Amino acid sequence: MSEAGVELSGAEIVIQALIDEGVEYVFGYPGGAVLHIYDALFKRGALKHILVRHEQAAAHAADGYARATGKCGVCLVTSGPGATNAVTGIATAYMDSIPMVVLTGQVPTPFIGSDAFQEVDTVGITRPCVKHNFLVKDVKDLAVTIRKAFFIAMTGRPGPVVVDIPKDVTDPNIKIPYVYPREIRMRSYNPVEKGHLGQIKKAVDLMLAAKRPVFYTGGGVVLGEGSAQLTELVHATGFPITSTLMGLGAVPMTDPQFLGMLGMHGTYEANMAMHETDVLIAVGARFDDRVTGKIEHFCPHAQIIHIDVDPASIAKNVKVDVPIVGQVASVLADLLRLYQERASKSSEPPVAQWWAKIAEWRAVNCLKYDGSGPAIKPQYAVETLYKVTNGELYLASDVGQHQMFAAQFYPFDKPRRWINSGGLGTMGYGLPAAMGAQLAFPEAQVACITGDASILMCIQELATCQQYQLPIKVLLLNNGYMGMVRQWQELFYESRYSHSYVDALPDFVKLSESFGHVGMRIERPEDLEDAMREAFAMKDRFVFMDVIVDPTENVYPMIVAGKGHHEMQLSPSHSDRELA
Amino acid sequence: MRHIIAVLLENEAGALSRVAGLFSARGYNIESLTVAPTDDPTLSRMTLVTTGNDEVVEQIKKQLNKLIDTVKLLDLSEGPHIEREMMMVKVRAERQDREELKRLTEIFRAKIIDVTDTSYVVELTGASKKLDAFIDAVPEGLIIEVVRSGPTGIARGEKGLSL
Repeated sequence: MSEAGVELSGAEIVIQALIDEGVEYVFGYPGGAVLHIYDALFKRGALKHILVRHEQAAAHAADGYARATGKCGVCLVTSGPGATNAVTGIATAYMDSIPMVVLTGQVPTPFIGSDAFQEVDTVGITRPCVKHNFLVKDVKDLAVTIRKAFFIAMTGRPGPVVVDIPKDVTDPNIKIPYVYPREIRMRSYNPVEKGHLGQIKKAVDLMLAAKRPVFYTGGGVVLGEGSAQLTELVHATGFPITSTLMGLGAVPMTDPQFLGMLGMHGTYEANMAMHETDVLIAVGARFDDRVTGKIEHFCPHAQIIHIDVDPASIAKNVKVDVPIVGQVASVLADLLRLYQERASKSSEPPVAQWWAKIAEWRAVNCLKYDGSGPAIKPQYAVETLYKVTNGELYLASDVGQHQMFAAQFYPFDKPRRWINSGGLGTMGYGLPAAMGAQLAFPEAQVACITGDASILMCIQELATCQQYQLPIKVLLLNNGYMGMVRQWQELFYESRYSHSYVDALPDFVKLSESFGHVGMRIERPEDLEDAMREAFAMKDRFVFMDVIVDPTENVYPMIVAGKGHHEMQLSPSHSDRELA
Repeated sequence: MRHIIAVLLENEAGALSRVAGLFSARGYNIESLTVAPTDDPTLSRMTLVTTGNDEVVEQIKKQLNKLIDTVKLLDLSEGPHIEREMMMVKVRAERQDREELKRLTEIFRAKIIDVTDTSYVVELTGASKKLDAFIDAVPEGLIIEVVRSGPTGIARGEKGLSL
């Protein structure tokens, strides 16, 4: 442990600091600049290291671990290409505010700036996609810098922090007394905890007077551990709620008050409620362009309450009437208390007329699809996945149509179960993220939903899954296309499918088998459920399900870029219907 | 509208590039930026001048505050303040122009700090507009070189931007 007076080298300090920080797993890949650290790791034991097959996957796996657990993900990579390979994963975490500490090796301090072998300006390259970064030039600063990195990554609006460590700073021959600082204070960094009560009262005023209120909640609720408070508030108010892609599961998606996801591929009822609402209660959401649609048409009738831990997130894209800066869980608890003090105790269902309107929108059944053909519909595949797994999965996703189908057809009832790259939209994220989740919860069912294009972007991780015997289930919705690109080309480029056809796909069954896994190919709808049950019954095996789906299926509803929430396009199976 | 914003930053390597990077990454205007250590060697003070509507400037201030190295920030334009910029102008000072340039220097309360047979260097301190006015007043074709520090500023009254 960290009793004062123990003499450690820089490399040993890195390892001991991670142990003192309570780190369970380090995802990494060795190389020249981190050899001292890897040697200290080898000698010390006591810290589990997961060897990925590409540094991008180290960052994604640490990120998936962080999303599934709420703890800080940690990765360790070497200088130069090690660091640049990790950048995509760092940017992915940054866009979704995921707490992560990334330790990168650097060339020895005397060589910095000399274009040395495997040198890159890691601090410079990562600056725009980290919450903060450090270059440690003196071994005496190492322990406190690592402590600061965890503190910054985990508090306020979380995010990735890079600590760049030159090789000479980890020199095994230079030992200094080691003390790990328990408490850290930074005069320049003081995240807000409680929300301003005056502002919260104003929010209650608006909510009590609302005729057509709606909650619009995002990933901040999950990150801020505010699910219980939010669910209670939603039930206490009786208001409808919609969620962003990142917030799914914060409130049970099977709850009758939940309208489904909003935004570009959100439900009709969620988007129409946004368009008609008079009081919008935004919680831990950032008014992203995929959510708002054309900003001029966004919530034209609404007064907006916005709760967020990051003041810079408030009024960034949309003007807000009642801004509340604070930790989501704390603000929601205050909001609930003040609301309940003042809300009437009548037995009238609140905002009944509003619910009647919503019922009309729901009756459109916007997610309806035509499943009559001989091909497996991707929607049906996700519905079957839900049925087979009882909705209990930790489901990591890649990026594209399959991601949207999962968001629409797999209702998560718990937070931290839906693990996907929302902000950056990183293809290749799913498989390594699933590894992080599976390592965090070895007994849980973890799956990765993916497409034939996405899965190939981090396919090398099949080896990592074999090495650590991770019993992940991959559900590949194989349509032979980059489905979302194909969809846009069909709709907006007169079906000119420019380079969106994934020609020369591997035989995924043989590919999986070559890595020592179980591979299955499923081509008929009637085989799907049994095959999935068989796959999930193999509790200690990694199973790759290559599901051949209808290549022409599109994701609907859709708000075309530049349109408002009320201008949704429904699937062709709705073409006979006039919409409001 | 033009805003002059003072920021106290941790005097850490790379703090300046975080600010510069923020402006380029988010597409904010930046007219000038000056930075130097303060009486407290652990702190740097930065003055930056930017333009934008109220929403943009509000967002700029929030983003600056969000930087981990930012200790304190003050929008000087929101209250009474003093703005000063230093300028050195090298002018062609041939025989027939020397008197006129000396007179201008006096009128603007500037100083001639370097003299050769054919040139002066004039030092002038003041609000940026005053410096602009001096440049406009120098007869056409005489300016060889202009170097400006960029504005710095301080709020009036006894309150200070310090820890």
